[in-house]
Amino acid sequence: MYRLRFHGRGGQGMKTASRILGAAFFLAGFEVQDAPRYGAERRGAPIFAYVRASRTPINERGIIRRPDLIIVADETLVAIPAAGVLAGITARTVLLISSAETPEVWRQRLNLAGPVITLPRSGTLTDPHELRFIGAACAGAAARLVGVIPRDCLAQAIRDELAHLGAAVVARDQEVALEAYDLLAEHAGCVAEIPETPADTYEKPRWIDLPFDAANLAAPDIFAPASSEMVPTGLWRTVRPVIDYERCRRCAWICSTLCPDSTIRVNEEGFPQIDYEHCKGCLICMTSCPSHAIRAVPEEEAGKATG
Amino acid sequence: MTRVLLTGNGAAAWGARLAGVDYVPAFPITPQTEIIETLAHWMDDGLMDSRLVTLESEHSMMTAAGAAAAAGVRVFTATSSQGLLYAMEMLYTVAGWRAPFVLVNVSRGLSAPITLEPDHNDILAARDSGFLQLHCATCQEVLDTVLLAFLLAEDQKVRLPVIVNMDGFYLSFTREPVEIPEADAARAFVGPFEPGNIRFRASAPVSQAVAVLSGTAYSYFRYEMHLASLNGLAVYDELAAEFAQKFGRRHDAVETYRSADAEIVFVMIGSFALKAKAAVDRLRLAGHRIGLVRPRLLRPFPEARLREILGGKKGAAVIDQNISLGKGGVLFAELASALYGHQDMPILTSFIGGLGGRDLAPEEFYEMAAITRQAAQSGQAPPPRLLYTEEELLEVRKLQAIAQAERERLGVSAPAR
Repeated sequence: MYRLRFHGRGGQGMKTASRILGAAFFLAGFEVQDAPRYGAERRGAPIFAYVRASRTPINERGIIRRPDLIIVADETLVAIPAAGVLAGITARTVLLISSAETPEVWRQRLNLAGPVITLPRSGTLTDPHELRFIGAACAGAAARLVGVIPRDCLAQAIRDELAHLGAAVVARDQEVALEAYDLLAEHAGCVAEIPETPADTYEKPRWIDLPFDAANLAAPDIFAPASSEMVPTGLWRTVRPVIDYERCRRCAWICSTLCPDSTIRVNEEGFPQIDYEHCKGCLICMTSCPSHAIRAVPEEEAGKATG
Repeated sequence: MTRVLLTGNGAAAWGARLAGVDYVPAFPITPQTEIIETLAHWMDDGLMDSRLVTLESEHSMMTAAGAAAAAGVRVFTATSSQGLLYAMEMLYTVAGWRAPFVLVNVSRGLSAPITLEPDHNDILAARDSGFLQLHCATCQEVLDTVLLAFLLAEDQKVRLPVIVNMDGFYLSFTREPVEIPEADAARAFVGPFEPGNIRFRASAPVSQAVAVLSGTAYSYFRYEMHLASLNGLAVYDELAAEFAQKFGRRHDAVETYRSADAEIVFVMIGSFALKAKAAVDRLRLAGHRIGLVRPRLLRPFPEARLREILGGKKGAAVIDQNISLGKGGVLFAELASALYGHQDMPILTSFIGGLGGRDLAPEEFYEMAAITRQAAQSGQAPPPRLLYTEEELLEVRKLQAIAQAERERLGVSAPAR
């Protein structure tokens, strides 16, 4: 059985990627399970989606504990523990990261023993507003890495899954997915099906007897007011609004009022300032700025842009 | 017959569509909402000749469902978790009306603390309401069971509402291959609703919910409901047999997997039972005679059938994805009461696992099997065990430490208790 896991952010199409890959496996004659996994749905928040595929009926369900392939659409997630990108990774797990860095860099950064493959942002996917197609690229790449999905099944799967969005979207997703599929030809079939732990040599679960804790510890209370401020929701951002103060006309009432998360404050000189700890990157400020002084910078390049 | 990838929610919607429902009172709640959204789209596109009405709460939704069913039309509705609890008063009431309809519940753990992931405390809160309960383990089963549920509910020997249960996320949002029966074949199987004497009509007042101020009358009405529910066992068996003949899929009241020659079995309900199947396969490879027993019916509870299956076994590991606070696993208690006092019944071990969607690892199934084997040998069952590891407690302790540090940083302390 193949067990694959996609990691990305809400809005990057991870659920769609898992469905495209699931449908492609299904068209190629496999039994399939595909499912997204998230808490309260939020754009930019870490989500994952998984796919199981097998020649025989699947007697498994829920999260994948030991993935054969981990696909990371957004490299900034690797450092966020809550995203769980590396959960259950083994020496046989293939890690595919959409990244401009080399596989060697990632292998060293994460001290990984297993194979790492990077999917460079392709020539047609450099525009930050096209990031929503990253899911299709990941699905195409994954289809090639497992090596058992013919190219036409991938194309058909995209048609089946996205037909309701119109021919143009289907064509663009096919283009992006097939480009990734072709790009990774040399790695075709590198993903192996890791066998499940046999029942005669398993490691005993380390169960404990849960101790009694007094209610002042064990009640799920929040005592501090305004504690949501402590949640760095800025981590959900994929694209960062950056203000060009040369062009800003200081009509800061507009952007600061329209920001749905109240992350734009106005300084003493009347200039708007964005709180990047909490800005989720919705870009409402950018679209509403009368003087076009706000531009969108992909988060991975934002360090350079905002210095 | 078409085989396509469908979520559990999609499968439930297909079941309602193929059953030709007339009326769908609705109220959204995660992870159920996709069911009513799907039905709404189909009605909008003219693919279903029925009426969907959004109500202002689940309480009203359940009232509308019961009232419409009492008017003699075929009713489908769906909810989950807090929604089911909010409707609880009407669950008991509409069952008392003997109004037959089908409710899909998408299981989700109960507040507080609030969560989105599944366990069975929501559906078990409705255990004594008079609704029959069918528990599904696959998306295919969800679709097929909705069809079966209408016939079960509407049968003259039963005439009670039925809940079809599936696990949130694990089924509701998980796509897997599902065979969608041909519309004609499905309609031929389900047939039209024959309401008989259920006839609320405009300008023809009747009452279907009288007040009785004597225990004599009250006991009669309530016990009649109990008898009707018990009739559901035989009615269900007939329906499942007919379904298997027409569609080639068996959905027995109790599913058994490799249990015929087993010495030890896992007993559990819902979609996590699929994990037990995988564990059974691998334990068999390691030489153990083990199987799985999965009641699909929880109400009525198929006691005689369970005694038949479990008689002669050495041990049964009951895995409860629920907890009756202050008692323990509900399925364990139900099964124990069904087996107690009968000859040759297995020793029962009790495990609580999967609360709030907590995963069950293969190693945990192997260990539960080992513990149950030991209990069978020694004749002594160990105390109930919560499936919870050292690492999990460490994780919680870490969160508590962060909470404490933030409290100190803010200069607020926990109120004295």
